[in-house]
Amino acid sequence: MSQTKRLGGQTVEFITRPTILGCGVVVGPKEAEGPLGEDFTCAETDPMLGQDSWEKAESMLFTKAVSECLKKSALSPGDVNYMIAGDLLNQCTASSFGLRTLGVPYLGIYGACSTMAEGLSIGAMLVDGGYASKVIAAAGSHFCSAEKQYRFPLEYGGQRPPGAQWTVTGCGAAAIGYGGNIKITHTTTGRIEDMGIRDANNMGAAMAPAFVSTVKAHFADTGRTPNDYDLIVSGDLGAVGREIAAELLDKEGFAFGDNYKDCGMMIFDSKKQDTHAGGSGCGCSASVLCGHILPKMEQKKISRLLFIATGALLSPTTTLQGESIPAIAHAVSMEI
Amino acid sequence: MQKTEYKKFAQKHTPDSPMGKNLVWAFLVGGAICTLGQLLGDFFRSREMSTDAVSAAVSISLIFLSILLTGLDLYDGLAKHAGAGTLVPITGFANAVASPAIEFKTEGYILGVGAKMFVVAGPVITYGVISSVAAGILYYLFLM
Repeated sequence: MSQTKRLGGQTVEFITRPTILGCGVVVGPKEAEGPLGEDFTCAETDPMLGQDSWEKAESMLFTKAVSECLKKSALSPGDVNYMIAGDLLNQCTASSFGLRTLGVPYLGIYGACSTMAEGLSIGAMLVDGGYASKVIAAAGSHFCSAEKQYRFPLEYGGQRPPGAQWTVTGCGAAAIGYGGNIKITHTTTGRIEDMGIRDANNMGAAMAPAFVSTVKAHFADTGRTPNDYDLIVSGDLGAVGREIAAELLDKEGFAFGDNYKDCGMMIFDSKKQDTHAGGSGCGCSASVLCGHILPKMEQKKISRLLFIATGALLSPTTTLQGESIPAIAHAVSMEI
Repeated sequence: MQKTEYKKFAQKHTPDSPMGKNLVWAFLVGGAICTLGQLLGDFFRSREMSTDAVSAAVSISLIFLSILLTGLDLYDGLAKHAGAGTLVPITGFANAVASPAIEFKTEGYILGVGAKMFVVAGPVITYGVISSVAAGILYYLFLM
């Protein structure tokens, strides 16, 4: 193994600089009504996407986002060496069912809401290592299927606490290869962090320590500072998690300024759309990255990005058994 | 930072539920449902129904209305504001049975609707029956 690709304990530098060839995003109606609505060119008006179950609707998000990604990247399925995808449903069925007819070698992954960063980092490693010339990474979620699996039936009359987040209905897919404008330069793979938070309605607080841990590792490994990035974006810490993370980082001596944003807070107008602490789910960071941030990089409005998607690795069973929530965060840096 | 210290730190940053607003909503909506029950009771009594029949008819009417509103996608919108006001009356129980029945229809009528219908309300039925049995035994032993 070439030692030169590794930096410090957790980071890989992609010497050959794989690039983003194109992206595809499909979102639901609520996301299209949000502040980033204009950026989401493929928005569904029907949350069922013409299907007869929420699970099939979520699978359809993957089918459509990946097909859009292939179109935007001018690729056919036969050009792609690996498809790396994941979602929140049990056994990651939305991604595998939605992509079962694609005919591309498939790697299913699970990183909860950090899945998009995990997929991008594995995809970039495969390309940089010479094991693939083109890879697609995709991640998605659906509000209704997530509610059904993790919380209550949709029509159940319950109240959500103010720290709760709203699962994004959306799927983002990005093709990785050589020849694009946006270069993937580094990835920092997160460690599992568990600070004892048990409240499944407060995932921001559970994920903030994982975010902080990966940020510290990234800057220690690369020698970079927050000022080296035009935009540092967390996946779905939401209002509560973002505030906790900012204070923890401040204590560690990292001054995050206006260049730090959170996808979960960008995708919804929490007051108007009643989404409490903000968006969450695999589809949150995936659709904001592929639909909003990467196009901005293509337009040269952002030249260096640190994308850190966070995930709460809980299950409905572990919540019932009173377990605390392990969390993870993976970072991918990109530049134009 | 230690775990216990972090929990306190995280709690400090987590907003509390708006207790005052929730209480007012629960009082008004819960009270309105009970008033509706009373009006229905008065109506049934005016039709010369027996007292037993009136209480059954009131419960059946409220359950019907709750399930109808659940099916029309209206009950959860009201409950979002009303909280305990829609949860505590019999309408909350009806919603807790009807909503999983709708949700799990995609898994079929036997293992979907039939099995999952009580996934939310099941504990209320189980412990309701157990406490009724316990109360019955105590009544038999000490008051009969």
